[in-house]
Amino acid sequence: MTDKLTKTGAALGEPVAPSKDAPSDAFLDVRDLKIHFPTDDGLVKSVDGLSFQLEKGKTLGIVGESGSGKSVTSLGIMGLHTVGQYGRQKARISGEIWLNGRELLSADPDEVRRMRGREMAMIFQDPLSAMHPYYTVGHQIVEAYRVHHKVDKKTARRRAVELLDRVGIPEPAKRFENYPHEFSGGMRQRAMIAMALVNNPELLIADEPTTALDVTVQAQILDLMRDLQKEFGSAVVIITHDLGVVAELADDILVMYGGRCVERGPAESVFYEPQHPYTWGLLGSMPRIDREQTERLIPVKGNPPSLINIPSGCAFNPRCPYADVPKGGITRTQRPELALAGDRHFSACHMPQEERTRIWTEEIAPKL
Amino acid sequence: MEPLLKVTGLKKHFPIKKGLLQRQTGAVKAVDGIDFEVLPGETLGVVGESGCGKSTMGRLITRLLEPTDGTVEFQGKDISHLGVGGMRPYRRDIQMIFQDPYGSLNPRHTVGTIVSAPFKLQGVEPEGGVRKEVQRLLGLVGLNPEHYNRYPHEFSGGQRQRIGIARALALKPKLVVADEPVSALDVSIQAQVVNLLDDLQQELGLTYVIIAHDLSVIRHVSDRIAVMYLGKIVELADRKSLYENPMHPYTRALMSAVPIPDPRRRGAKSERILLTGDVPSPIAPPAGCRFHTRCWKATEVCKTQEPPLVELRPGQRVACHHPENADSLTIPGARESVEVSITKKPEAAEAPKAAEPAEPVAKDDAPGE
Repeated sequence: MTDKLTKTGAALGEPVAPSKDAPSDAFLDVRDLKIHFPTDDGLVKSVDGLSFQLEKGKTLGIVGESGSGKSVTSLGIMGLHTVGQYGRQKARISGEIWLNGRELLSADPDEVRRMRGREMAMIFQDPLSAMHPYYTVGHQIVEAYRVHHKVDKKTARRRAVELLDRVGIPEPAKRFENYPHEFSGGMRQRAMIAMALVNNPELLIADEPTTALDVTVQAQILDLMRDLQKEFGSAVVIITHDLGVVAELADDILVMYGGRCVERGPAESVFYEPQHPYTWGLLGSMPRIDREQTERLIPVKGNPPSLINIPSGCAFNPRCPYADVPKGGITRTQRPELALAGDRHFSACHMPQEERTRIWTEEIAPKL
Repeated sequence: MEPLLKVTGLKKHFPIKKGLLQRQTGAVKAVDGIDFEVLPGETLGVVGESGCGKSTMGRLITRLLEPTDGTVEFQGKDISHLGVGGMRPYRRDIQMIFQDPYGSLNPRHTVGTIVSAPFKLQGVEPEGGVRKEVQRLLGLVGLNPEHYNRYPHEFSGGQRQRIGIARALALKPKLVVADEPVSALDVSIQAQVVNLLDDLQQELGLTYVIIAHDLSVIRHVSDRIAVMYLGKIVELADRKSLYENPMHPYTRALMSAVPIPDPRRRGAKSERILLTGDVPSPIAPPAGCRFHTRCWKATEVCKTQEPPLVELRPGQRVACHHPENADSLTIPGARESVEVSITKKPEAAEAPKAAEPAEPVAKDDAPGE
């Protein structure tokens, strides 16, 4: 780490020389998280040194392509990688995850289990497979509530119906008795949100919450999530590949590539002054609905990297059109660290910032 | 210009059978009477939500399914009920690109076998031999011709989609129907494939029917667009008119629902039209206008009378009793109001012209681009 980063980082709560006995002020503070899976083909480095913070009442959007490690990160925070089936260690995790002043990775798994659902909850992409087909929707919500609250069935039921009503399910008392397959896709996603919110969690992680839905239903769900966040004041991590969705919901955006964060900052500056060539690539690849665009799209050449064999140096260098801009082949030998590139805006790129700003304003932005 | 493909009154009903005797108790009306034409060299985009019948429509015009009613004419010849043998000569001219690059390639065949299958099936001997032609095709779609002997699993999703495209182009088709060609791909790869389709069209003079649910992709690739809802085309117009001045309330709601990748537009939420509920079942579609159950403009007439698809403006066909007015715009980026005189048709005449104040979208004081 350079001196500059240490200084700027420390001022902004950037993880510097993490130590277990220094709880952070941030509500959620992930420090140098690494999640590696040993496989027959080699070590899959799904997440390889990821750090971010999130305050209550704020939304962080994590964007990236498939295989960039975004879902693995969310499962890691929820503690769902720690122990595999039959207690076997299935992932190698290191780093620190501080939630509300408590460190989760070194905590007792039973304690994390008690927190899961109550303090942190998750909305999955595919509600049909995330719900149990054998039990009614109501039963599953009641169960989620009664695990954490010592109440009788009637109270729990009242709470579940109330939540179903709040997420916009018509005739909640009747729908309580339905099985997941009797719900439409949008309804199921609403029911899942109700299940996640039943314990008033302080941290809500939504992994591609609208990817399986049609646009009109997606709009309803995004609207609902925005309202609920205002009402419940929870911290939300939304994971998606859709830049439109993050632009709608996120206060901060974190762009992942090859298991690492390549860029992070407030939503507006990431969209208007992106500092990493991969972010430029994402913005250039995206057809726009809001403008007539006759120019060709500007795709990122090549394919996403294999997580077993992450390119040395900057993971993006084989696909980066500017890989040769920094002299001496540094992009191929040395991994760029996140450095401050604006107000709360970090980027991991070897190019000097002036050069990046020039390329973005002169070469990329006019073509979008 | 003579249309390459002409579809009239096309219907596909899938019977629902029940009981011991397997008596038909109903039908899924997947496609329920649609008309459109595709001109040579153009790209027709077809959008709609899941279950609107767009994929069934694609399978009908490629004759992977036989229509229940109506006709499909290709270059003036009715192909709607041709058998396997009768269709064979037309298969050269009509090809399809599938959505799933994993499911549409046989994992036990090499790329060479997959791409050369059309030659074998059609008994075509390309100039210079099959192998050379396949390698040329692989090069054309941006794959390494040396990879002739590899298997599909050795390729990434985007590369597999390219293999599917190479196979579709092998017989130099006139019409290519692509069903969700990029929806299974990552954003950066999606752009590569969209550009490839674009280049191939320019180079080979192809005609495309591109079916997709992503309105941004459709806007980028299409010349004309058909919007489908519950087995019907509700609006059919050229790209500019449709996106800048949609006339069917459903089109408008659909477009306003797409999240815009621009955080500064977040203040513009008020212009979003939130449709309530879900798409009704195509087994028993609502009477009258199929959209009336979710439409904020619906009146009595919508519940009883089905609006026909009529040309309300040159090149813009709409099936609605209360079409959206030219003054109200959906996307703030498209601000220039289109001044086109509405051709007086009986349907248009009875429709109220003035923007309704009750509209949930009236206040679009959103910051424009």
